[in-house]
Amino acid sequence: MTNITTAGALDTVPRLLARNAKVYADKAAYREKEYGIWQSWTWAQTSEEIQALALGFLTLGMKEGDHIAIVGRNRPYFYWAMVAAQSVGAVPVPLYKDAVAEEMAYVLDHCSARFVVAEDQEQVDKIIDVMDDLKTLDGIIALDSGGMRKYEKSALFNYRELQQTGRDKKSELQAELDKRLGDQGPDTTCVMLYTSGTTGRPKGVVLSNRNIIETAKGTCEFDHLVADDSVLAYLPMAWVGDFIFSIAQAYWSGFCVGCPESQETMQKDLNEVGPTYFFAPPRYFEGLLTSVQIRMEDAGPFKRWLFKTFMENAKDVGPKLLDGKSVGLVERLKYNLGKILITGPLKNTLGLSRVRVGYTAGEAIGPELFDFYRSLGINLKQLYGQTEASVFITQQRDGEVRADTVGTPSPGVELRIDDNGEVFYRSAGSFERYYKNPESTKDTKDPEGWVATGDAGFIEKDSGHLRIIDRAKDVGKLKDGSMYAPKFVENKLKFYANILESVVFGNGKDNCVAFINIDLTAVGNWAERNNIAYSSYQELAGHPKVYEMIQANIEEVNASVAEDEMLSGCQITRFLILHKELDADDGELTRTQKVRRSVIAEKYADLLDALYDGSTSIFTETEVTYEDGRKGEITATLEIRDAATYDRKKVAA
Amino acid sequence: MNKQDSYVTADGRTIGATVMEMKNITLRFGGVTAIKDISFDIREGEVRAIIGPNGAGKSSMLNVINGFYHPQEGEVWFHGERRHAMKPHQIAKQGIARTFQNIALFKGMSTLDNIMTGRLTHMNSGMFSQMMWWGGAQAEEVANREIVEKVIDFLEIQAIRKTPVGRLPYGFQKRVELGRALAAEPKLLLLDEPMAGMNVEEKEDMSRFILDVNDEFGTTIALIEHDMGVVMDIADRVVVMDYGKKIGDGTPDEVRNNQAVIDAYLGVAHD
Repeated sequence: MTNITTAGALDTVPRLLARNAKVYADKAAYREKEYGIWQSWTWAQTSEEIQALALGFLTLGMKEGDHIAIVGRNRPYFYWAMVAAQSVGAVPVPLYKDAVAEEMAYVLDHCSARFVVAEDQEQVDKIIDVMDDLKTLDGIIALDSGGMRKYEKSALFNYRELQQTGRDKKSELQAELDKRLGDQGPDTTCVMLYTSGTTGRPKGVVLSNRNIIETAKGTCEFDHLVADDSVLAYLPMAWVGDFIFSIAQAYWSGFCVGCPESQETMQKDLNEVGPTYFFAPPRYFEGLLTSVQIRMEDAGPFKRWLFKTFMENAKDVGPKLLDGKSVGLVERLKYNLGKILITGPLKNTLGLSRVRVGYTAGEAIGPELFDFYRSLGINLKQLYGQTEASVFITQQRDGEVRADTVGTPSPGVELRIDDNGEVFYRSAGSFERYYKNPESTKDTKDPEGWVATGDAGFIEKDSGHLRIIDRAKDVGKLKDGSMYAPKFVENKLKFYANILESVVFGNGKDNCVAFINIDLTAVGNWAERNNIAYSSYQELAGHPKVYEMIQANIEEVNASVAEDEMLSGCQITRFLILHKELDADDGELTRTQKVRRSVIAEKYADLLDALYDGSTSIFTETEVTYEDGRKGEITATLEIRDAATYDRKKVAA
Repeated sequence: MNKQDSYVTADGRTIGATVMEMKNITLRFGGVTAIKDISFDIREGEVRAIIGPNGAGKSSMLNVINGFYHPQEGEVWFHGERRHAMKPHQIAKQGIARTFQNIALFKGMSTLDNIMTGRLTHMNSGMFSQMMWWGGAQAEEVANREIVEKVIDFLEIQAIRKTPVGRLPYGFQKRVELGRALAAEPKLLLLDEPMAGMNVEEKEDMSRFILDVNDEFGTTIALIEHDMGVVMDIADRVVVMDYGKKIGDGTPDEVRNNQAVIDAYLGVAHD
């Protein structure tokens, strides 16, 4: 065992591991469901596994400063690989596992990766495809060698065999490992994460141990995270949030990270693990609520009545109790009865019954959606962050939770709004630099350490809460000079269950128009209940009844937009429903499911023109990419409709 | 080439000695002759396909291979022993597992339970022990469950472990059936039209599983399939049948260029 732990020297992730292996030796560090049973590893075992792998890495000749790419779904082995890489002084670079080969090639080439730790044949095949162009790549370490018996072996290693080699050579190499561990400090690079790239190529964000550990320390104290907490790691490992929740905070607090059996079983596994600390994007909460609503609509009248009665009470009482406000005795009794009959079992089914701290971020969350979870008694809060900040910029304090803001600055973060409305921050967590990209670094981070977020927002005078309006570069002006903020309208549209995604255009034009993506689950279910036959997504999306429904939603949004003083010009005058779902494989969304406005505007330029030239329908051909990278084409004739807009003054009066 | 020599295929698998040999098999149902004087062999570790137009006698052949039908004429040699007519429980214990053309699962039981039935022939504890859930029965169930879980992991069907198979889509049911056959840890795996009714993506998945079974566990596989593309891609050797007779036998390339085979598929006037 490495004995480098001294009080006050907890400044690198491997040192946190060494402490945990001592202090929490017999406490579970990782759990994974495998072969239908939860397997678990204590901190002591975890430390041994990581050390064995680190020694194995040394036998491969891994050097300090090497970049080690890691690609696979959330499994303990890959978290260990990250810390093992850090232990030998290398820099782990987690990749998105569903990235196609060429996306992977770009990142591997950009960071000059020397080794890749990959999950299985699927990932290994992708890397082998592009390996010839990657001069620096010396080997692939596969966790599951299934199906690869006939592969050329010289550059292919097995994860467990490598660990065994490491164990066998422990006596020879331990001194070298200890030396490398000792050489590290707060300035050593902890991890490099590629931003998903809403615009342009992904950028490698370099985060030091100081960034990561200061962030973990501050935020664990903020939410009182302790060793008895637990999380379920199910979000992409390449995303900064997963690194912070499943490594930084987990190692700082010593809590347990659970890994689901497969992507499809996540909901069941969540239910079994019952995490106390949970993060999910609004999309997840939305999908969950939609499924609850669909199932309630199929339930019998008595159950529906029970659900309605107690949810109404819960909506009123739940948030008040969470915020520690006083509630009348009768209401409180009713709430507790509801807890036994409805809200408790519901929370349990959703796998959220033990959640003490829940966060959502990434996109705005609808007030009804937010209130639904809070009324169940789930302490769901919002935070605002980005990769460059090691996640946290602002977050909501217990008792100060609201749907329309993202909270006050996180511990140790300073906030500033410039004259154009763009949000800047400075914190211990702010990134070191973009890898091999001093220009972007200079554009984003000034010499005093202020980092531009690229988001426009303002700080509320009374509460000090930050409110985000839109991406700063997306905010523009309509022809008449009034303010244009597409996200503001899109978010309002997306709060409707029928609308999965919307893209609003209108910068420099007379008025705003929108592309709509319907939510197949919700609209499909609605169609089933109303005897509307359809055979494909395209047919359902073009159905006149669906158009009517979406038009009603848009007009409601227009009414609500009209009430906003600054943004009333952003009402949607014309819209169409897209014949295909926007997809990351087609480059229309980022891998983190954010809309790429410019790509969409370019790809569907014909549709956009039609929205402005007054035509009532348009024929279009669209290229689609299948999961295996092959391309196909779909054609459709889309209807274009006008939506009613509202005069601001009339609504105000 | 001496047939008994083991050799290594282009993709690195070892094909061993003959495991099953059919010698001049003739099978009749009353006046109908389903199979006429057919001989071929299946070698260890290979993927052997049987193809032919509808009614060619392929499924009957599969039933002869697994011992369900006993031919009126000819000899079946399995692992160096001549086979005699058998009772069903003897058939089940000889190490041959199969899947069916029209899925034959227990619709009301879960995926897990269905696959567990594949382990029945490996369970030896007595009825009393099983009823009491005591001693041997418990240890046995744990050991068997472990094997079943590995099959579930291999076929990537964890998410439907507890779902009744009647509620599963067709492609998944096919996969569960393959799982049940695999759970028996067979020496020889028979697949009766594993791709029937599947779309391209499902066929690709199934092909991958079949090749992986062969590659990972070294299981010998005999399969009947209609999709020529699939057969030519995954089989090592192909037997072609038409009207109960063998009209071709060899590697996919040999069979593809065989005039009798081309005629059978494209159709010519028969005598």
